[in-house]
Amino acid sequence: MAQETFTIEGLPTPRLEAWKYTNLRALGQIEFLTTPDSPSLDQAPSLVSNSAARLVFVNGHLNEALSEVAGGMIEITKDGFVLRVAAGVEVDQPVEVVFVGGISDAAVTYAPRMRIDLEDNSRATVLEYHIGLGDGVYFSNGETKINVGQGAKLNHIKVQAEGSEAYHLSNVHAQVARDGGYEACTLSIGAKLSRNDINVRLEGEGASCGLNGPTLIRGSQHCDNTTIVDHLVPHTACSEVFKGVLDDKARSVFQGKIVVHKDAQKTDGRQHCKTLLLSDDAEVNAKPELEIYADDVKCAHGATVGEIDETALFYLRSRGVPEKRARSLLIESFLGEALENIEADDISVVLADMISSWLSEEN
Amino acid sequence: MLEIKNLHATVDGKEILKGIDLSINAGEVHAIMGPNGSGKSTLSYVLAGRDGYEVTKGDVIYKGKDLLDLAPEDRAAEGIFLAFQYPVEIPGVPNTTFLKEAVNAVRKYRGEDPYDAMQFVKMVRAKTKELGINDDMLKRAVNVGFSGGEKKRNEILQMAMLEPSLAVMDETDSGLDIDALKVVADGVNLLRSPDRAMLMITHYQRLLDYIVPDYVHVLAHGKIQRSGGKELALELEENGYADYAEVAA
Repeated sequence: MAQETFTIEGLPTPRLEAWKYTNLRALGQIEFLTTPDSPSLDQAPSLVSNSAARLVFVNGHLNEALSEVAGGMIEITKDGFVLRVAAGVEVDQPVEVVFVGGISDAAVTYAPRMRIDLEDNSRATVLEYHIGLGDGVYFSNGETKINVGQGAKLNHIKVQAEGSEAYHLSNVHAQVARDGGYEACTLSIGAKLSRNDINVRLEGEGASCGLNGPTLIRGSQHCDNTTIVDHLVPHTACSEVFKGVLDDKARSVFQGKIVVHKDAQKTDGRQHCKTLLLSDDAEVNAKPELEIYADDVKCAHGATVGEIDETALFYLRSRGVPEKRARSLLIESFLGEALENIEADDISVVLADMISSWLSEEN
Repeated sequence: MLEIKNLHATVDGKEILKGIDLSINAGEVHAIMGPNGSGKSTLSYVLAGRDGYEVTKGDVIYKGKDLLDLAPEDRAAEGIFLAFQYPVEIPGVPNTTFLKEAVNAVRKYRGEDPYDAMQFVKMVRAKTKELGINDDMLKRAVNVGFSGGEKKRNEILQMAMLEPSLAVMDETDSGLDIDALKVVADGVNLLRSPDRAMLMITHYQRLLDYIVPDYVHVLAHGKIQRSGGKELALELEENGYADYAEVAA
């Protein structure tokens, strides 16, 4: 079906409302190819030292030597994996999934297919790490299907640090059952062009989701976060905090839609997009949308765009903090809120460190 | 310690300071009093190096260095401290992080080793105890949700941590009730020392009952109109600034 649509329509163009701000024309002009197997790699990049399992994909293929598939939770498939956590099981350590790209001369494409299934009352943390180890052109086109069972909870952290010439598109479809929780945090710092499409359906009473996204881009990078949260039944909640820091001519897009269906009374929906522009040429397109068919709901949305607070900057400097460090402190504190739903402290420290090092690369 | 010579400064192209001369020695406490709009806060911002306050003429020599050549952070490291009239709120930055960043940045500038977490906590606890400040204030984000009194106490704490040579107190008494004023004044008095100078900027004489200055200067229309001892403050209290109004005309 999708194949047929694609054959007829091709890549989406800005004429489609959902793609108005993200143009894939440059992507469409590149002849990508898939590689038959995984090139060898001495060492796998990794963000955490302790993990329940680690899967390393290079150019889209599982590198078995570098992977540790343990515990019978994971089944490797043609283009990805299925992670299934049995009812009542709490997986303490994160499952880390690493996608390495950018190491080939040819323009490689891969389409990771992931399925995460949390049965009732289970818990797990999945850490996705997309890393470009070279300057090559490549295209990661991922799709993740997530099922959060009753009373289950998934912490889904994604670090997108693709190479400078990379294209990164990803689609997440999550459905959350009664009293289940889906907490996602997507840190975007890499890729030439990236888009994270996150679609969540809150299907059972008491279901909730948190979608956060710190985005730090510069140069001519483009990053699009597009979310749709469907509240289908009463007493569901969602909270979205997308924060962007944009330098040079970088451009970010936020399209966030909250749909409160007719029966979804007592919905609590909150959505915020806040952007800090570090240069006059940076640009953000923010489009928060509420579509409400129930009459007893609490929904709030907002988008703000600003610059570094000069008064706060002077205050810090007047206390001896050098200007560059003062700027970093203010930016880190601005982004802090977007890291708050990461439950594992060691992972939030890793993300905070990545943010610090991004800031120290600043000219 | 500080020598201000014929200082002229503009804000948004408008001349606010029109030739200030002032000399402060170590150990002295000077008060600058003046009506609203006389240039008091402008003087304090010029000394701290705030953007937008442009010096068009004159010199400021601090410990033999040309102060106006230094960035605000370097002035702080050289020992200048400005207590803000309106301390700035910084959401998301815990007060203790802020203090540690500041103290260690200044130590680094002075060629000293930074404090590690333990040393820092020990030092800050000693200071809060000495100043009668609740440690709870350290955990909260810088000045966010602080009462007027807490904000001013936080300024005094920062000053105590940074141990400046020259403290400029911009309207430290504004927005304080009498109890808070006493706490703040006690903190300032604790920091008085023979090698430290202070410049109190105030509209009212009230503060000077608690922090007794050695010299009082009247600033009006961008110039120091008169200088004297602490009795000058009492005279101003009685007569107001009416005597200085006609100078403008």
